[in-house]
Amino acid sequence: MKMYDLPDARGHFGPYGGVFVAETLVRALTELREAYEEVGRDAEFQAELAYELKHFVGRPSPIYFARRLTEHAGGARIFLKREDLNHTGAHKVNNTVGQALLARRMGKKRIIAETGAGQHGVASATVAARYGMECIVYMGSEDVARQSPNVFRMKLLGATVVPVESGSKTLKDALNEAMRDWVTNVENTFYIIGTVAGPHPYPMMVRDFNSVVGKECVVQMPEMIGRQPDAVIACVGGGSNAMGIFYDYIPHEKTRLIGVEAGGDGVETGRHAAPLSAGTPGILHGNRTYLMQDEDGQIIETHSVSAGLDYPGVGPEHAWLKDSGRAEYAAATDTEALEAFHLLCRTEGIIPALESSHAVAHALKLAPTMDKDQVILVNLSGRGDKDLNTVSRLAGITL
Amino acid sequence: MSRIASAFERLKLERRAALIPFFTAGDPSVEQTVPLMHTLVKAGADIIELGVPFSDPQADGPVIQRASERALARKVSLRKVLEMVADFRRSDTTTPVVLMGYANPIEAMGRQNFAALANRAGVDGVLVVDIPPEESEDWVRTVRANGLDPIFLLAPTSTESRVAQVARLASGFVYYVSLKGVTGAAHLDQSEVAERLPLLQAAIPLPVGVGFGIRDAASASAVARVADAVVVGSRIIQEIEGSTPETLHERVGGLVSGLRDAVDSARAA
Repeated sequence: MKMYDLPDARGHFGPYGGVFVAETLVRALTELREAYEEVGRDAEFQAELAYELKHFVGRPSPIYFARRLTEHAGGARIFLKREDLNHTGAHKVNNTVGQALLARRMGKKRIIAETGAGQHGVASATVAARYGMECIVYMGSEDVARQSPNVFRMKLLGATVVPVESGSKTLKDALNEAMRDWVTNVENTFYIIGTVAGPHPYPMMVRDFNSVVGKECVVQMPEMIGRQPDAVIACVGGGSNAMGIFYDYIPHEKTRLIGVEAGGDGVETGRHAAPLSAGTPGILHGNRTYLMQDEDGQIIETHSVSAGLDYPGVGPEHAWLKDSGRAEYAAATDTEALEAFHLLCRTEGIIPALESSHAVAHALKLAPTMDKDQVILVNLSGRGDKDLNTVSRLAGITL
Repeated sequence: MSRIASAFERLKLERRAALIPFFTAGDPSVEQTVPLMHTLVKAGADIIELGVPFSDPQADGPVIQRASERALARKVSLRKVLEMVADFRRSDTTTPVVLMGYANPIEAMGRQNFAALANRAGVDGVLVVDIPPEESEDWVRTVRANGLDPIFLLAPTSTESRVAQVARLASGFVYYVSLKGVTGAAHLDQSEVAERLPLLQAAIPLPVGVGFGIRDAASASAVARVADAVVVGSRIIQEIEGSTPETLHERVGGLVSGLRDAVDSARAA
């Protein structure tokens, strides 16, 4: 494979990505791009970021051999990259630490963020508290209801949570509302986007800040088993944890990269959140990518048990990795994800996030088709404490 | 000469700014859209800006978002909007119609297909909020080849080099967003507009209109003193929201003719 150097200077990954925003945001995005380029060359910034990731986030996160899960699946050995052990409980904080340090560098004192499951909101509220910034989190009112523990956490951390009542009242609407806030308050406000979507430079920047995950794995796997895995699996909503673990594996051509989207009730039912599996390219939230849309180009409602995957678009780099064939994309249904959730709890003593459970579900399907000496690495992107209400409701367990 | 260019030629002779009312196609209803366009013309609209509903109108405030949601609930697609314009053209062959919307419905139809159909329907200009100059090379070629004017936004934050870029790409007119924020926000900075407009007009060989935040005779008149066109959107949609089917035309017509008086008197005073 020839050197992978995407995106181009204007944020394009092949035909995807770009800067599809109203004129009012262009200056802010240009400033952000320039500031980000500057800190990329700044050793002091990079040293501070590394310090924070080590001492505040708790990196590196370990890789763990899931022995009993492997025995249950029968086949390839399954390893878990334990992003659930990060401070705040998910990979999201890798990115918010980076962006908050950048915000501080740019002199912005007010942080806004959108959130679906609330993990990115919590990670944003956390860094805002850590660096003494004001924090406003936009969250669809539907998600506020189904992820109440995270709403409470954000409030404890001093953030203001604004429920969004427009559209489908989920993640995409929260993103719309955060963009509107940014347009209005662009001078003093830094918008921390939580996934590898949005206009350039966000898809690149969020990928870079999360790529610490894959960088660690590329070193840790040979230390543990003497070689790289045969497959890396990660769930994909917007796709930040997947890009984070995929990015440094792109040149390792023998390693399959597999993204797992939210299959909801089943991709064939139309009630899902799997644009790479069943969508078509279009333009939303500042970039060209695969979308869930009707034939008139209106964005349609998505369905997933997991709020963090309930998004009709996907990062443009995933669109490119799909078209180029470097990564494959599959879907796991709500039922499969829930089964994987319970199985991981019972076999390994790890309560995974419902998002990450989609990746585990796919590993359980794939492992039996592989040899026992082969290796699957799953990005366990977050822990499931926030999902206890949802799971107890679905499983009929009274607390 | 295009309908938009001839409209501005005429306005130059009349020494006044254009009044451009905006509303969302399909709101308050599919049946009322074309009659409402005629009402706007009778009340003094020089150009009509028709909103194409989109599920995720990021640049719009709550008023236009609601209009978009109401229109989508009535299944108003881009194809349907083009049919409405064609219907309007059967009895009005002179008033320019500009479509304003977002990229994705056009992408779904196909840019070339859209441009050809829009031209055939009698559309004159197209403003796509989320196709900025840097993503517009192919877009501008396609719409121009089909006789449509590509209209671009400029903002208080636009740099000189971007103004020059828009000057190269745009035709018809250029739309200056007079405030930081979304449509319908209430704080128009009139002194900022008065200061910036002459600079833009000197740099751009096209009429420069101003919109976002104009909501009454006073702000319309203040803008009309310096700008070549005054765009009013959210305020009109609020009037539509407050109307019944019986009072719709009277109320919206009354509002627009009041705005027209304000625009007319701006430079006479």
